Amino acid sequence: MTAETGAARARAEAPDTVEDRALVVRGLTKEYRSGQPVLRGINLVFPGSGVTAIIGPSGTGKSTLIRCINRLVQPTSGEILFRGEDLAKLSGRALKNARRRIGMVFQEYNLVERLTVMENLLCGRLGYVPAWRAWLRRFPEHDIQRAFDLLDSVGLPGFAAQRADALSGGQRQRVGIARAIMQEPDIILADEPTSSLDPKTSVEIMEILQRVAQERAVPVIVNIHNVELARRYASRIVGMTGGHVVYDGSPEGLTDTDLKTIYGGESWIE
Amino acid sequence: MTPQEPPTQRVAFAPNWGARIGWLLLAIYVVYAGSQLGFSAERFSAGLEHGHRFLARMFPPNFSRWELIASGIVESIQIAVIATFFGILLSLPVGLLAARNLTPVWISWPTRGFIALCRSFHPIIVAILFVKAIGFGALAGVMALIVASIGFISKLFAEAIEEISLKQVEAVRATGAGFLSTLIMGVQPQVLPRFIGFATYQLDSNLRNSTMVGIVGGGGIGAALFTAYQRFDFDVVLAILIIIVSLIMVAEIVSGWARRVFQ
Repeated sequence: MTAETGAARARAEAPDTVEDRALVVRGLTKEYRSGQPVLRGINLVFPGSGVTAIIGPSGTGKSTLIRCINRLVQPTSGEILFRGEDLAKLSGRALKNARRRIGMVFQEYNLVERLTVMENLLCGRLGYVPAWRAWLRRFPEHDIQRAFDLLDSVGLPGFAAQRADALSGGQRQRVGIARAIMQEPDIILADEPTSSLDPKTSVEIMEILQRVAQERAVPVIVNIHNVELARRYASRIVGMTGGHVVYDGSPEGLTDTDLKTIYGGESWIE
Repeated sequence: MTPQEPPTQRVAFAPNWGARIGWLLLAIYVVYAGSQLGFSAERFSAGLEHGHRFLARMFPPNFSRWELIASGIVESIQIAVIATFFGILLSLPVGLLAARNLTPVWISWPTRGFIALCRSFHPIIVAILFVKAIGFGALAGVMALIVASIGFISKLFAEAIEEISLKQVEAVRATGAGFLSTLIMGVQPQVLPRFIGFATYQLDSNLRNSTMVGIVGGGGIGAALFTAYQRFDFDVVLAILIIIVSLIMVAEIVSGWARRVFQ
């Protein structure tokens, strides 16, 4: 055990503070096919609060990086330290317990289409509720109450009984965010949450994510294509290209030169 | 600018020679097989005459043995419903184990082999096996139809599970849900309407097959039907056939209703 993980474990036993929720990625490598790495030794420290935006061209490993964190993708090597654990090494019960503290928001919302909004929200509690209760829909009363409150707070009051496939894209993403918050997460990962949405709805979704980060003191890591949105809502920006991190700093510090390094070319920069 | 090709050389729909040859070979084989089996115009007209006499003896249908018919039909329905219930109950786990997107290969392939085994024989052949193994009666018929149901329904269940959206499952898994919870909230909602459709179809199929297993001693109306044939009581045969047709029609209505309820 390294000194750092020992310190992190000590912190994890203390009550929640902003520091507890920092996420450290060290030497993270992912190869889907041997010899063709998508992530080439990523080293990053995500702060325990605020919105961090990861920008970069398509196919540069942004999604892979985020999915390695909650292990929807299996990293090839490296460490992902969070709350005193190396997420990259967990399996079985320990992995499930770690996942239930990590909320995830998806590009295509990934709601269970044939379930109602309420049922989708309660999916966020499945890590805590036994399967037979889920089957009979006998979720704890306080979970149901929280779900109603959350629907109000994301602007969907009265939608609880609607089926997810009856909602618009923006409404679905609000449900997706609410489902993530239902987990009472220590961190929220958002994988291109606005890419399937129109510009106005994208702004609304980013505002909700920013509000969640501020009001609930949950750090949010968001992959995003739209540099303007990233600048506007993130307190920190990570620029990736070709599986490397090439920018890591404040939104104000992100120059056109940096953007040229990240995306290549320059004609698209206004 | 490159010169355009002359219009005559451009083909909008390329001829598919493989398909043409295939159709031709099929037509040749049908003619050949027909000649081998000794079909001829004389044979056909003799058959028509025979069929006419047979139909004449069927009318009017004779319902005088209604008690025998009723008890046979009731037993057939019981065989069908019990076999469908247990067949589907067993098909749920078997179908899941055979679905290649949720189950590792070393489980799914043997399970697929088992399903293929269940499917490889007609229910009547399976019924004969069970009659020989456990004796005459409805139990043999029920067992035969359970095997048939597993062979058919598990395969359809597995295919329905393989077609689900894994994104929805992934999202449920990402919340830290266990395997069972993921099945209940991520998989089941996606496949339930199709499962209901398959189940009602299988009930329909089992009802039809349950009128047959009696012919080989598996219980139900089939025994009475077979006896009536052998005694040339064709009017009784027609009565039984009318009852079976009505039964299937009622089942059709009930199936449609069940599908609507679970949509």
